[in-house]
Amino acid sequence: MAITKIVGIETEFGIMVRGTLDWNPVSASSLLINAYVGTDVGSLDDRATPIAWDFIDEMPGADARDIMPDYAMPPEVETHLVNAVLTNGARYYVDHAHPELSTPECRDALSVVLYDRAAELILIESMRAAAENMAPGQEIVIYKDNSDRKGNAYGCHENFLLDRALPFGQIITAATTHFVTRQIYTGSGKVGSELPGVSRRQVPYQLTQRAEHFEEEVGLETTLKRPIVNTRDEPHADSQKYRRLHVIVGDANLSQVATLMKVGTSAIIFAMLEDGALELMPISDPVRAMHHVSHDLTLASPLEMASGRTMTALEVQWELLRQAKDWADRFGLDSVGEACGKMVLERWEELLTGLESDPMSLAAQVDWIAKKRILEGFMERHGCGWDDSRLSALDLQYHDLRPSKSLAARAGLERLVSDEDATVAISEPPGDTRAYFRGKCLQKFADHVVAANWDSIVFDVGDDPLRRVPMLEPSRGTFEHVGLILEESETVTQLLDRLGA
Amino acid sequence: MADREQVRKTTTPRKDEVTEETPGVSEQGEALKAELDDLLDEIDEVLETNAEDFVKSYIQKGGQ
Repeated sequence: MAITKIVGIETEFGIMVRGTLDWNPVSASSLLINAYVGTDVGSLDDRATPIAWDFIDEMPGADARDIMPDYAMPPEVETHLVNAVLTNGARYYVDHAHPELSTPECRDALSVVLYDRAAELILIESMRAAAENMAPGQEIVIYKDNSDRKGNAYGCHENFLLDRALPFGQIITAATTHFVTRQIYTGSGKVGSELPGVSRRQVPYQLTQRAEHFEEEVGLETTLKRPIVNTRDEPHADSQKYRRLHVIVGDANLSQVATLMKVGTSAIIFAMLEDGALELMPISDPVRAMHHVSHDLTLASPLEMASGRTMTALEVQWELLRQAKDWADRFGLDSVGEACGKMVLERWEELLTGLESDPMSLAAQVDWIAKKRILEGFMERHGCGWDDSRLSALDLQYHDLRPSKSLAARAGLERLVSDEDATVAISEPPGDTRAYFRGKCLQKFADHVVAANWDSIVFDVGDDPLRRVPMLEPSRGTFEHVGLILEESETVTQLLDRLGA
Repeated sequence: MADREQVRKTTTPRKDEVTEETPGVSEQGEALKAELDDLLDEIDEVLETNAEDFVKSYIQKGGQ
């Protein structure tokens, strides 16, 4: 039986300081986040310093494969940089010279869309707040993209809660086939290629930002020789029961439909695998196929499958959808959220139908198509070609989060969540995961929270030693479980007593 | 609900939606073109000046 697919995404944003040449990305990211945390809502207001992230359980070097190869390089945890926990249960921090925001744990992909939009609004507010602390004429500008188009990439990682019992080899095969082929609707689009020796004439435009930055099939690295399946084994939950699959191949999306589908279809694939309802379709050379799909604007070139036959990315996706519908009939959609799962299955069919018949009809749903429509319209109007630097500028500006400059905000993209709801989600945690407990404790007992991380909170209750409340079950600590206790507890001691902690 | 209105212009209406008038293919094409023209007008206004310098100066440190 598939377990509940708790999901979330972590986005590293591109950062620039305009109006001066004298800046560095680490200080700018710190300034940005500190400016926001200083103005954050709720009970964080009166604190001199934001609530710190607790690193005790961070083990990015743990590998899902039993033996770690000698050459594997685990990423380092940077404990000295700004690192705050927000009242909506999210984490906002500086990572590798980028501001990064991890959504709270979400019950389904639609909830991720809401908290991803809240993250965009948080970054927009951060830019505004930071400008007040900067010299006149200077501002920090944030881009929700994945590459500077000069060979430097940064990630938008998805996380899926998986059953520990699932053999990792099966996860690798299932994930790889889906990740290579889902690019046809999850890509954010990029002008040109970043591969050495590939000209603008050869690749004027491609589906994704990230594909070219992947060089391995499986591995622990995230910053060098990036693998399609990342083996970081850091469940942030009961490690006997759960695995957290850390997915590093995706593009950051501006289209809410793309975010829904990137997370939603993948959650379905993993639930199918847990239910034994997924037929594995390994691809022969996944890294090559990944680049190939990204470069193929016709969506029609064949991929070599391990079985010896060839299939297009679209054909693979149609087959996965067929199996997903069968799975839904047999096992139901509870593991991925009933309403959300239904929406994802319907939209999956609409997307594949549109991609097959008339991709331009999806200009309001798929980022690479929305961007391509703008670029082609611009070329026609101004009589220029793909090598014009204005095309590259448009490509970057699509991802600019400033409302006054963002092209994505002007592209007519369909919205699945309202900004009213997303504004609430800036400070309110989701009610249906453990993020509820984390967020509400910060709202109500911030003065007594010493530190927090994904699977515990440390409280200072005065004279007693610090008390750590473990949260090893991502589906517990919800409104249903602890809402009443949180509401009725007037002091942190009462709360801890009633929790039996 | 301006967002939704814009969306309807570019996507096929859902099966359960009753469209009051079904414009011909050419009318739909015209509407799409007019919408893109408006968008391009707006983009011409907000596009970063000195595109080449802007693109060159966008350099990021590699992340995860």
